[in-house]
Amino acid sequence: MPVNTPAASPASFEYLRDWRGVLVPLLLLLYFALFTSTLEPLLVSLTPVGAPVIYVRDSFINLIGWHLFLVVLAITAASLIAIAAAILVSRAGGADFLPLARSLANLGQTLPPVAVLALAVPAVGFGSWPTLIALFLYGLLPIFENTLAGLGQVRPEIKEAAKGLGMGPMQVLWRVELPLALPVIVTGVRLSVIISIGTATIGSTVAAKGLGEVIIAGLLTDNLSFVLQGGIIVALMAMLFDALFQRLESRLLSAQNH
Amino acid sequence: MPFRIDRLGLTLAVAVALVLVLLPLLNLQPNRILPGSGVPLGELLKQSGMQLFLLLLIPTAIVSCLRTQALFKLGLSALSLLALIYALGTDSTALLADKSGFARLALGSGFWALLLLLGLMLTDALIKLELSALPRLLLVVGYLAVLFVLLAGGVWDRLSLMLEYHNQPAFWQQGARHLLLALGSIVPALIIGVPLGIRCHRSPRVRAALIPVLSLLQTIPSLAMFGLLMIPLSLLALSFPLLADLGIRGIGVAPAVLALFLYSLLPIVSNTAAGFDGLDPAVLQAARGMGMSRRQMLWQIELPLALPVMLSGLRIVVTMNIGLVAVAGLIGGGGYGTYIFQGLGQTATDLVLLGTLPTILLAFLAALLIDTLIAMTTREAQ
Repeated sequence: MPVNTPAASPASFEYLRDWRGVLVPLLLLLYFALFTSTLEPLLVSLTPVGAPVIYVRDSFINLIGWHLFLVVLAITAASLIAIAAAILVSRAGGADFLPLARSLANLGQTLPPVAVLALAVPAVGFGSWPTLIALFLYGLLPIFENTLAGLGQVRPEIKEAAKGLGMGPMQVLWRVELPLALPVIVTGVRLSVIISIGTATIGSTVAAKGLGEVIIAGLLTDNLSFVLQGGIIVALMAMLFDALFQRLESRLLSAQNH
Repeated sequence: MPFRIDRLGLTLAVAVALVLVLLPLLNLQPNRILPGSGVPLGELLKQSGMQLFLLLLIPTAIVSCLRTQALFKLGLSALSLLALIYALGTDSTALLADKSGFARLALGSGFWALLLLLGLMLTDALIKLELSALPRLLLVVGYLAVLFVLLAGGVWDRLSLMLEYHNQPAFWQQGARHLLLALGSIVPALIIGVPLGIRCHRSPRVRAALIPVLSLLQTIPSLAMFGLLMIPLSLLALSFPLLADLGIRGIGVAPAVLALFLYSLLPIVSNTAAGFDGLDPAVLQAARGMGMSRRQMLWQIELPLALPVMLSGLRIVVTMNIGLVAVAGLIGGGGYGTYIFQGLGQTATDLVLLGTLPTILLAFLAALLIDTLIAMTTREAQ
């Protein structure tokens, strides 16, 4: 990578450039969340006469916190289950399950996230629960599929060599297969997180706490200023997490190549 | 070894038994909105339809536990599923006979769980049959056609889901609109995306500039994207009333179509580029040696060979858009999302289902259709 970097460039600048994708959305996000009122003169023209310009029913920091809480909780659970399931079906004892698991992961991609959300409501009622369940269920698929793909990429010779060194099946899994599959697994987690941030936004239609409620409030009262605030903040949040995970992936990949 | 156990089938059969005992197949509701209580299995088993279903289900479950002919498993699970649908329909008349006119029988959690489990058995058998793409598509479409005929024939007309369907005269128009919105934004995305993808393949600089921007667009949550696009569009409509007359407004179809177009670009561009990257240089060399012009090479060699990879990008786009159009129901875009969000607003589960199930079915059928195309073009390309 650093081939085309000018020799004089100090290390700190290079560092900044690598983290640009993370820092820009992070700083913008903090600005929009903490100092929204400074934008009031710009937003006035989008607001119906007499309506509030800035969303004040809840603080943006609080809503960001709720939004992230739902996403992190659901995706942590989904990661644990999906990675475990992918490991199980890729072992010899799970061979009966493998063909169905593969085509389910493939079919599941066609399932719209909003459909999963809508189906969770009759099952558990309104609030944050249906959103949490939908995020969890939908989050399983990319992680499961990528873990399967990552484990499948590990060449049989490498596993044989590890066995030849006297490693047991668990050791081969923990010390050889999973580390080699990790970058692909992290890509799956990234996809799940990004989809979840989007689905959690729609979750506000079923009364989940989160940034979607600012957009929905704007849509209901014809207040484009609310729509803009909610939309920008949630978009920046998705970009921030995308960039963070991409940094992690490239770190892992470059660690593997050394 | 005549009897070998299929672990997957055994798991599914045990789950089927548990579902039958633990979860209600039907719920009796006092009216359209109020939640009901499950109809006990004992009462259901007094009905002739359920008895027939059980008579088919027992051999199906036994066969699914064994490693036998996939065709046998496929036939039995397909018949069981049809019997379940038929049974719940015919028995509903008897079950509702002594109830008030407002009472509704709704499909219960047990039904959906059985549908899922029998569906899994069917899918597994279908995979193990190892059919090629076209017969598989025909089989699935044929089976769905049988289901359609059953429903159109009125077998479920006493169940609340179909009552809700008969309350919505615009159901098929909404479906057409849903498809039109989902596919309509793909045509411009293809016209712009395919040439851009070819440019990306030829020039690493274009690729390095374009792909990150398109990926960034892809990360923006759909509701935020719809909302953010509403603002410039409504400002446009305010300044140019002529555009507003043409339907370009902040709310409704325009932001949805524009958002779907933007989302569609990344899979189309990157898969086109990937398809062209994967071409065998020897083949291109040979074509050039035969004296083909650049244009001939593109249309006769490169595009046909890259087509399968390009189609898998199209599959992502089509299924994604069908789901996103449902979200657009929230900003007045129409389509099945309208039913989903109306149903959520009224807490009317059947209306939610009436929007959700066709959305899922459309996405599933579109994916299956494109998979078939991919398989056929791959064979041709070889």
